[in-house]
Amino acid sequence: MTDHALPNPPVGPESAPFFAAAGEGRFLIRRCTTCGKAHWYPRALCPFCFGETAWEEASGRGAIYSYSVMRRVPSPFAIAYVTLEEGPTMMTNLVECDLDALAIGQAVELLFRPSEDGTPIPCFRPT
Amino acid sequence: MSLRGQAYIAGAYEHPTRKAPDTSIAQLHAEAARGALADAGLTKDDVDGYFCAGDAPGMGPLAMADYMNLRLRHVDSTEMGGSSYIAHVAHAAAAIAMGRCSVALITLAGRPRSEGQSGTAARPVVANAPESPWEAPFGPVTVNLYAMCAMRHMHEFGTTPEQLAWIKVAASHHAQHNPNAMLRDVVTVEEILASPVISDPLRRLDCCVVSDGGGALVVVRPEIARALRRPLVRVMGAGEAPKGQLGGDVDLTFSGARWSGPAAFAEAGITPADIKYASIYDSFTITVLIQLEDLGFCPKGGGGRFVQDGNLIAGVGRLPFNTDGGGLCNNHPANRGGITKVIEAVRQLRGEAHPAVQVANCDLALAQGTGGLLGSRHGSATLILERA
Ligand SMILES: [Zn+2]
Repeated sequence: MTDHALPNPPVGPESAPFFAAAGEGRFLIRRCTTCGKAHWYPRALCPFCFGETAWEEASGRGAIYSYSVMRRVPSPFAIAYVTLEEGPTMMTNLVECDLDALAIGQAVELLFRPSEDGTPIPCFRPT
Repeated sequence: MSLRGQAYIAGAYEHPTRKAPDTSIAQLHAEAARGALADAGLTKDDVDGYFCAGDAPGMGPLAMADYMNLRLRHVDSTEMGGSSYIAHVAHAAAAIAMGRCSVALITLAGRPRSEGQSGTAARPVVANAPESPWEAPFGPVTVNLYAMCAMRHMHEFGTTPEQLAWIKVAASHHAQHNPNAMLRDVVTVEEILASPVISDPLRRLDCCVVSDGGGALVVVRPEIARALRRPLVRVMGAGEAPKGQLGGDVDLTFSGARWSGPAAFAEAGITPADIKYASIYDSFTITVLIQLEDLGFCPKGGGGRFVQDGNLIAGVGRLPFNTDGGGLCNNHPANRGGITKVIEAVRQLRGEAHPAVQVANCDLALAQGTGGLLGSRHGSATLILERA
């Protein structure tokens, strides 16, 4: 199991709506209104075509693209990239799991975990 | 216009210190500069172009130009982490070709060892960096971002910890001949695999050293190089490319060298098979393996087989690399290894490497750097040099 403290994100104007929705339990990503492609991390301008983008609720389902368990710290933890069902791959932590039983390709689902100041952070656990 | 033949590296100097608790960072920069200018046979009054990156103290080039009291007409502080100084050589050559300067000085220095910085320490959160809200909570230090590249490479291509260990073995074979190297003991694959895992799958001996120190280079116009009494080392080609998370199309199996390498080879008019010696940035063993593939020394996914069985050891393998011991064993000043990559390439081309690791007839060498973080965003710079 992992119970390390998550540092606070420096929330700014572009990211505030994400964290506000996360506080209501909704996981948002952004999709381009011009080319139709979803991206990560969320931006006001599409990183593929510079078109306008809009928030949408995502499924929270994905699969582990890669991960690594940090061993030489007081509380070992798993950093990961998870590929979302909607397409983009995002950096995250894998939590509520056996750190020795993780594998690339494993199915995972989103859950929010509070950072040190209570900000909901998008993490994943194996399904 | 091509950079090919437009400039020469006339001076190169690696500061011998590996621990400097009582020396300021500015002093280390200046001592490295003095060493490189002496190596070239030039003085500080000859310098009219200056290049430094994020390790320079204060307001970078303004602080250091004032500290060294340089009279400049060209300044460049391109920041691409540890790859900056390799890019600086190309930028200096371009500036020289355009007549913006004649004698360009490049410096790097830092004291991460004395200041207790390492690859397992939390990186400071830069509040206005656009990625920070999406990454800071997840503990991306340094080693775990490179470790995720290794995990994915192993998953896709079957690369093994043993194969990664061969990269460290080769570096240690070279470092035994370098009296200034931090780690001079030859290590075996078994010893490396027995070292503790830091972040899966990278072990302690997959990681570079943390050292204080610095280095400097002097890049000059061809006419100036020919008037100096040093072997001639000519800039033949260069490339640079940043690579990030590609909007979410993350691919951890390749580096920006996939783009900077071919650009450099095309400009130089040569192929990887022509390279006699390669300096390959070695923050971690996996960094070397991925860059070797991207540069075309072997196919993508074939890096593990390419590096095993001593293929990177001078006098043994097909591609001698990092004959100073590299960042893995010798030196990684300021947690940025780019400048030492160019310095050892210059030694090899001049025939001034340690006799035990000097490559015979070394006429073409490559210096490759990645800076920043391979697993999130980094810069890549490739430089091809020729003994004229
Ligand atoms: Zn778009």
